[in-house]
Amino acid sequence: MALDSRPVQEPSIPKVLSVTDLHKTYGQTVAVDGVSFEVGRNQIVGLLGPNGAGKTTIINMILGVLKPTAGTIRVEGLDIARHRRQTLERTNFAAVYTPLPGNLTVYQNLRFFGMLYGVNDPSQRITELLAQFDIERFRHTKCGVLSSGEQTRAGLAKALLNRPHLLLLDEPTASLDPAAAMDIRQRICEFAAQEAVGVLWTSHNMYEVEKVCDRVLFLSHGKTLLEGNPKTLPREYGKQTLEELFIAVAREPLTLGGPVA
Amino acid sequence: MKPLRRMAAILLRQFYLIRGSPARLLPLFVWAAVDIVLWGFITRYLQTIAPSGFNFTPALLGAVLFWDFFTRVMFGVTTTFLEDVWSRNFLNLFATPLSIWEYLSGLVLSSIATSTVGLVVMLALAMIAFGLSFFVYGLALIPFLLVLFLFGIALGVFAVGAVLRYGPAAEWFVWPIPAVLSPFAAVFYPLSTLPGWMQHVSHLLPPSYVFESMRTILAGGPVSWPGLLWSISLAVLYILLAGWFFARIYHRAIRTGLIARYSAETLS
Repeated sequence: MALDSRPVQEPSIPKVLSVTDLHKTYGQTVAVDGVSFEVGRNQIVGLLGPNGAGKTTIINMILGVLKPTAGTIRVEGLDIARHRRQTLERTNFAAVYTPLPGNLTVYQNLRFFGMLYGVNDPSQRITELLAQFDIERFRHTKCGVLSSGEQTRAGLAKALLNRPHLLLLDEPTASLDPAAAMDIRQRICEFAAQEAVGVLWTSHNMYEVEKVCDRVLFLSHGKTLLEGNPKTLPREYGKQTLEELFIAVAREPLTLGGPVA
Repeated sequence: MKPLRRMAAILLRQFYLIRGSPARLLPLFVWAAVDIVLWGFITRYLQTIAPSGFNFTPALLGAVLFWDFFTRVMFGVTTTFLEDVWSRNFLNLFATPLSIWEYLSGLVLSSIATSTVGLVVMLALAMIAFGLSFFVYGLALIPFLLVLFLFGIALGVFAVGAVLRYGPAAEWFVWPIPAVLSPFAAVFYPLSTLPGWMQHVSHLLPPSYVFESMRTILAGGPVSWPGLLWSISLAVLYILLAGWFFARIYHRAIRTGLIARYSAETLS
């Protein structure tokens, strides 16, 4: 879903997310090496790269569950290192590898996380989200017995509980069939457009990235290699498609060269 | 209000889990009840063969009940934490605005609720079936329960810190802790029975003051209020140390990335 009609960001309003010179090292291993980027309101930014490029590491640092070695992360101008609670109150996430606890029902999970995020009138909000993601019939079903697609919907309902200003999505459609993935993409884009949210989206599905993202960052070995509009970036680097560009970045990042004149 | 709501969320989650699962509901009181029944009959038997008129019921059955209460408090904390380990919920949980102090307070709230269930069942059984009267301990009953509660919380928090540090497999470390401590806590015998080095360890354990005081009261002696006050202070100190230990482990896990990849157990 192209979101070209979204309003232009006012320069005076702080970006939803500002990442500056972010580093993460584990001993001698460099996982993230000086990454900087911003996500504005009404903007969906794709974080792309091969496995091990540092995408999930960056998301974990933005979520405050992994401490950066250096660099700053600001959510709406607030440094997460000093304002953890305030920044996490306006952030949420969904990731394919972090399903909701399977031993609670969908409603119980949403109630629990609603309280943790300080959601006002959680019953009303849960009802809205169950309808929005078409999972009302699973309200009292344990999450562990839901199909992958239903679990993804429940996880996304959790991710939108607190009407986040910053939404982090780590391969949100990875386990879904094409029809379900399209449906989920559409619902996320609707939410992002209605609530003026900034979204950071990782995916290995280049078709999806081209559809939903306003801007993409290609990461390789923890560094930002390329950045730009997913619709024009392939041509700028002499490639036909985003997928072709992705493969070039993944296989031979050093031989990619600069933009084609 | 929001911190209270976040603490209450941990309690609510535990309520949901217990309500929907007999496997979680029954252990709240079944093992404690089995202990009371077993020791109730042992006490009754000893009463029949004892030469003098010593009353074994408050000395042995009371000790079992107090020790089981301490164990329930500790396991109340650890089990609530382990629910997050078993359901691989760390990333979801610690990416919320919940602070570690709110999380630990939520574990304590949950422990208060679950250990109270166990205590009520044990009290009812011990009083109705075996005639144990808590009036014999007088006002000292209050500090007895307080010391055991505080020390149970301290050990529970320490144990969850250890599990957080060493990964899910370290769960085995939690369950035997009360059994390892019980000989030093002098639950069933006077401290003087123990060799010198064990007595030194006992003096560092708040429950040993409870059980010594209990036996002194039953022998007709005065309550050692300074001793009980010292044991309360010791238990509070251990809670602070356990909280500090957990906070250190948590911050280390945030630095190394263990919270996000907990099933790996170690990232070295």
